[in-house]
Amino acid sequence: MINNFTVSGSPHIHKPESVSRIMWTVVISLIPAGIAGVIIFGLDALWVTLVAVAAAVLTELTFGILTKKKITILDGSAVITGILLAFNLPPQVPLWLPIVGAVFSIAIGKQVFGGLGQNIFNPALVGRVFLMASWPKYMTTFTPSFDAVTSATPLAALKEGKALEHISYLDLFLGKHGGCIGEVCILALLIGAVLLLIKGYISWHIPATYIFTTAIFTYIFGAAQLFHGDWLFHVLSGGLILGAFFMATDYVATPLTAKGQIIFGVGCGLLTAVIRIWGGYPEGVSYAILMMNAATPLIDRYTKNRIYGTK
Amino acid sequence: MKDLVKEFTKGIIKENPTFVLALGLCPTLAVSVSVINGIGMGAAATFVLLGSSVIISLVRNFIPGKIRIPCFIVIIATFVTITELCLKAYSPVLNRALGIYVPLIVVNCIVLGRAEAFACKNNLWRSFFDGLGMGVGFTLALILISAIREFLGSGQILGRTLIKGFEPVFVFGMPSGALLVIGLLLGFFNLLKNRRS
Repeated sequence: MINNFTVSGSPHIHKPESVSRIMWTVVISLIPAGIAGVIIFGLDALWVTLVAVAAAVLTELTFGILTKKKITILDGSAVITGILLAFNLPPQVPLWLPIVGAVFSIAIGKQVFGGLGQNIFNPALVGRVFLMASWPKYMTTFTPSFDAVTSATPLAALKEGKALEHISYLDLFLGKHGGCIGEVCILALLIGAVLLLIKGYISWHIPATYIFTTAIFTYIFGAAQLFHGDWLFHVLSGGLILGAFFMATDYVATPLTAKGQIIFGVGCGLLTAVIRIWGGYPEGVSYAILMMNAATPLIDRYTKNRIYGTK
Repeated sequence: MKDLVKEFTKGIIKENPTFVLALGLCPTLAVSVSVINGIGMGAAATFVLLGSSVIISLVRNFIPGKIRIPCFIVIIATFVTITELCLKAYSPVLNRALGIYVPLIVVNCIVLGRAEAFACKNNLWRSFFDGLGMGVGFTLALILISAIREFLGSGQILGRTLIKGFEPVFVFGMPSGALLVIGLLLGFFNLLKNRRS
């Protein structure tokens, strides 16, 4: 009985949520997209994902031992980084590519800054951009999957000016086209995203503003004539949905307040659309998110909530 | 004599211009793509450092304090022009590879930094060894960075392929790779320094 009268400082009410619980839920929410990737691209996709996860976790472990800090492999953040990195790779890459990418993600993208909570950029995207800059040959070769109609991604085909009539919106939605492992099946990604939204682990601000801005912008400027762009195509293709729900919502590298998150989402959307329409790359989601990650401290500074009782 | 040796060696490790003072990073980032560029840039900068340190320490008592920086710049620019013309005459290939960064040695902060911090306060021989040590330290740092970048970025050292089947990491041939390598090396040397103290 006396145990119920513990005297302690505030806060007195604790939520059962913890970092590792949230992280593992995100891992679960990514599983549908992974399964879809394996169904669409075959077992290669599974091996790439497993290898990336293993490399990420091992790097985290190695850093924990070398720096004599707490071993943080069980909190799931390294697993997420591995999965997200693999989801951003073409399915038929040589297996050393996800290993190098995952080691770079964890070591340079996260641990040199001080580990989880300190990184200024999304680690998985750092790894992807590193691979993209280092081995563009592997990163942009999409070998045809079993029933995919085209080997290039729809966005790459669009960039090269090829006709796109044979891809329907339904095919784009279900992922029946070339692309990276985790980005193709929008349906599976949305299942995971809904889980995270219901649990309250991500808020609507960033994904909604991000996708909305990209849609508006590609609608206005996406075609030769103004206001004739194929906005639905731009929303459904490439890594936009994966990026908007799972990578632009990274807790660490995004603004804290709702106002800041809206600015962040709009910025991501603008940059993505600009890169897609006028840039040299067919896809701009990863660069857009990384650039906005860099702007996050600034956004946070100007969207600070007023503390009650102050001017 | 012992004093002079100390002036020479401090530039290599204890006060290495690149890794400890973090000076002259602009040419370091720009030309460290291959070892041969690194050696060329290091040699050019060492020559300028040496020449300007010697002349400045000789004329230090005649230069009015208020206009010392313009005077230093004129002396440094003289040596840079000599270097640039020699490079153009005897090694046009290296000159093309180093490009604008040879004339830019004029504003290299290592050179002006040594002139301001050392040569204008010390006698000829001390300035000579200080300039030489700083130049050698800069060259060694450039060689280290460019060796890492050349090996990772193109799989070669001095134009020779080392490992067959090694897939070059293009990013290390780009400026972003230079920032990465310098940052990691700086961190590594700071780690060593902290361990020792």
